[in-house]
Amino acid sequence: MLATIRDLFKYSPSFRFGSLILLLVAVMVVLSSFSPYDPGKLRRKVKRNQPPSTEFVFGTTSQGEDVFWTMTFAVRNTLTISIIAVVIGRGIGVTLGMISGYFGGTFDRVTQSVIESIIVIPRLPLLILIGAILRGSLTIYSLGILIGLLDWAFPSKRYRAQILSLRERDFTHTAVFSGMSTIKIVIREHLPFIIPFMLADVISGFLFSIGIEVTLSYLGLANLDSPTIGTMIYWGNYYQSIWVGRTWVLIAPIVAAILMVLGFYLMSVGLGEYLDPRKRLVRLTAQVGEESQDDDPRNDKDDAWAP
Amino acid sequence: MNLLRTYILPRIFQWFLVVFIGITVTFLIPRLSPINPVDEILARMTAFQTMDPEAFKTMRETTLALYGLDKTLLEQYVLYWQRLMVGDLGPSFGNFPRPVTEIIATALPWTIGLLLTTTIISWTAGVLLGSLAGYFHNRRWAQVFERVVVVIYPVPYLIIAFVLILIFVAELKWFPLMGGSRGDAALTWEYISTLIYFGFMPALSVVIGATAFRFIMAKSLTTTEIASDYVQYAELAAVPKRKIILFYVARNTMLPQVTDLALSLGLIFEGALITEVLFTYPGIGFVLYNAIYNGDYNVIMGITLLSIIGVATAALLIDLLYPLFDPRVRLR
Repeated sequence: MLATIRDLFKYSPSFRFGSLILLLVAVMVVLSSFSPYDPGKLRRKVKRNQPPSTEFVFGTTSQGEDVFWTMTFAVRNTLTISIIAVVIGRGIGVTLGMISGYFGGTFDRVTQSVIESIIVIPRLPLLILIGAILRGSLTIYSLGILIGLLDWAFPSKRYRAQILSLRERDFTHTAVFSGMSTIKIVIREHLPFIIPFMLADVISGFLFSIGIEVTLSYLGLANLDSPTIGTMIYWGNYYQSIWVGRTWVLIAPIVAAILMVLGFYLMSVGLGEYLDPRKRLVRLTAQVGEESQDDDPRNDKDDAWAP
Repeated sequence: MNLLRTYILPRIFQWFLVVFIGITVTFLIPRLSPINPVDEILARMTAFQTMDPEAFKTMRETTLALYGLDKTLLEQYVLYWQRLMVGDLGPSFGNFPRPVTEIIATALPWTIGLLLTTTIISWTAGVLLGSLAGYFHNRRWAQVFERVVVVIYPVPYLIIAFVLILIFVAELKWFPLMGGSRGDAALTWEYISTLIYFGFMPALSVVIGATAFRFIMAKSLTTTEIASDYVQYAELAAVPKRKIILFYVARNTMLPQVTDLALSLGLIFEGALITEVLFTYPGIGFVLYNAIYNGDYNVIMGITLLSIIGVATAALLIDLLYPLFDPRVRLR
């Protein structure tokens, strides 16, 4: 595991860059514990509508919040929502995908048609419907659960596909014929293949949840009193910040959102490159010691097929 | 005949399944929630006035009866299907006696126009640019372009739209924020030019995100494709590069892209909803936004149902057209 991460750092610029950004996000989360304000009572603490200055690094909002410190809480809350959503969504997805993939048969056929249907159904209108009914009672935690409950169909399909292909590989047959028990095969032989795939999938779960959180909060469907990236944008918009020239109120959460998704995505690009066997070959040749001027694998792949 | 049995019928069955699951879920959600929507609606209606308690009770009972909420769950479910079959989605609470179907019908052409334009532009641009960037992956411009796309791809539609508003509407003041057109609807250049002028930014915000999505897929498909023998052979035979890309590589990568379009329609639709809200474009996204604010629960319900059926039908149409593109399916 550590060797994998070291490799990723060494050979994948996008992984390196992505983890740097996420480190910045992590710093924000840690800073939220050192905030001079109480997370429940952020409003009416400082002078309203102050532009960024040495006293208030990112300015203050129309509700008398210090944008910088509110943002630390917002990043933390948005991440909390995403973590809950990812754990629930992937929990259902992995379980269903594994059952479907390993057992097959009628159960597999039925779940597959249901899952194919669920994938087609647009989720945002459903979430808006639920949010509109539960308005006010949707806390950070229940929002996370809700997003998780709607984000398992596509992952489970992909896990199933992975398992189906693993089941047909030679080493699985070898293990079966040499008398290895099914559970042992799953844990010892298949899990090492599934885990890196799962990492990339978890990241896409984060991207989805962050996007949905921002959207639902912007529409006023989440709990608007707890600071998240989405509610910061909601309140910025509520006080018409763009049109009265207080853009700093909006720019801070927008930049935070972009950095968060970008950090996660770049890491998953790095992982994807790691998972791609062709790119792995390039990396292996680089390890053997052949002169490779740059570590961008795209550049030296050229020789593979040029005449 | 074989095509019908192995390809078309399963797709149609799948469509029925999607619609059935979607409609059942939308039926169950409000009924399983701890909050009774009727009480919510009544609380909103009587919020700023005093009312005779007797009248309130009658009103509550009639509203419950109107939705059949006094019956058992199964009876309600049957009733719900009966009403849907005749296209009755009930009245809107925001503008009371006006039926929901009428409100949606007025807004729908805007959304369909926006969706069609953005889907066609983003799909074509994504596939073409992705194939080019995949083929010329060593060129400087391709690498720069890919970096830009990688930055845009994960950003949620809402944030893209906000950034566009901040730059082009608030800062540069190039484009307007309100409405879909000016003047009377007519087939004159004056009217059409306002259509383009008002629709440009909403469309652009969807196109940016959707193109990035398509680009990434097209590029990775092309990378696989150019490693195959026929491309190397064509290159050795000195077939013009333009021809290799457009007639061989792009054509082959298009097939999975068509299938994927059917799956990703929901995403584009969601993007259009958000864009309409942010740019106050008069489509169903904006109607939905107003409905959320007025607690117009019937309209939200109607739009949810419509979006499920609409996206499923569009996906079915793409699937049914697929044999036209892929002879392997057609001649199986």
